[in-house]
Amino acid sequence: MNVVSLTVWDLAAVSVFVLLSGLLSLRLSLGVERQLLIATVRMVVQLSAVGAVLTLLFSVASLPWTLLMALVMVLFAGREIAARQHRRLSGWWGYGLGTATMTLAAATVTAVALLGSIQPEPLYDPRYAIPLFGMVLGNAMTGISLGLDTLTTAAVRERPAIETRIALGATRFEALRPAMQEAMRRGFMPMINAMAAAGVVSLPGMMTGQILAGIPPAEAVRYQLLIMFLIIGATGLGLLCAVLGGAWRLTDHRHRLRTDRLAAAK
Amino acid sequence: MRLIAKGITTSVLTDCSLEVPGGEIGTLRGPSGAGKSLLLRAIADLDPHEGEVWFDGVAQSETSGPQWRRQVRLVPAEAAWWDDCVGPHFRSLDEARAMAGLLDLPKDCMTWQVARLSTGEKQRLGFLRAVEDRPAVLLLDEPTAALDAETGQNVETMIRSLRDDGAAILLVTHSDAQANRLADRRYAMETGRLKAAV
Repeated sequence: MNVVSLTVWDLAAVSVFVLLSGLLSLRLSLGVERQLLIATVRMVVQLSAVGAVLTLLFSVASLPWTLLMALVMVLFAGREIAARQHRRLSGWWGYGLGTATMTLAAATVTAVALLGSIQPEPLYDPRYAIPLFGMVLGNAMTGISLGLDTLTTAAVRERPAIETRIALGATRFEALRPAMQEAMRRGFMPMINAMAAAGVVSLPGMMTGQILAGIPPAEAVRYQLLIMFLIIGATGLGLLCAVLGGAWRLTDHRHRLRTDRLAAAK
Repeated sequence: MRLIAKGITTSVLTDCSLEVPGGEIGTLRGPSGAGKSLLLRAIADLDPHEGEVWFDGVAQSETSGPQWRRQVRLVPAEAAWWDDCVGPHFRSLDEARAMAGLLDLPKDCMTWQVARLSTGEKQRLGFLRAVEDRPAVLLLDEPTAALDAETGQNVETMIRSLRDDGAAILLVTHSDAQANRLADRRYAMETGRLKAAV
């Protein structure tokens, strides 16, 4: 592979544009320069740190360390799901439902890919397992947090209509069906958009990275397709479990709507 | 065939008990905020509560929620809608059209958009939707509050005919006159406590 290696100065050169945006903001009093600075510094620190961690992890290539890394990723993503919800389920459900369904979906899909398609040696090789798990996890996280947020918001907003259906003899899932459909649609939206744009409007980030790193485009495309299928699978599986679980928790065994199980709105 | 509630208790209601036989109308009166609507919700099993309700000898807790509510039907004061059009809210359009005429609603009301309904039309259509399949028990929360006198009379006529067909009806009303016209038995509620009134 003929990778063109990047030095710190190469990166510094292109970061000029970020600097330029900041200066423009300052000059025109747009007020985004502070946020831009913080986000940029944060990104540089996070990525440099993860680069160091991955280098270490790849050199050790041990199962316990790989699992530990995956656990840390899961905990961060779970917190992110809970934080992004306007009204979340109260108590452990608020953190647990999103984290559990996301982990279940991402782990299942990653395991199938490692065992079935990629088959690295050893199977848990962090060079494959961690980036794959991360991509799948990140997308499942976005889908599930959007889905759960939509579901709980709709349950509160549409409460009179949902309770009317219940009063007319509907079961809990019949009464919540419109809210669940809306949640599934919203959760899938970013994925559908990404698929529609892939290759025509935008070259997916991973594929671009691989091509720039010297991989033949056809090979990069195959990897990208693999990733896309995994991401769609994990998002769909996780979203479905999360929305079903959320609807379950928002109602009780007597098929009553229980919006009292939501924490106060943020 | 009678509706019996014993010891209904929630955070607002205290030990509420009542009895309405089939073919009778019980009126429930009391100041706003006394808990009348919450009692109706508990009887329909829409809120968690202590105490038990029986209809026709079968306890609420021995029946599934949906099964119970197919017999014991709450008609809230404000009707809510889940579709843009009126028709999809009804089980049988033929039955609904036939009954709509009795409440001064034109035959084509099933094709109306919910967004253009007046308050009174919403109330009448919400009432129709709830009684369309002739549930055995009706819990009516101010069913004529948004109606003019004449339309209100038509709704009362339908309530009487449902009673004469054997339904047990519990009716929340703020109107003395309405209670006098319809009540076979009376209950009064104050700060979550229920008492039989003469």
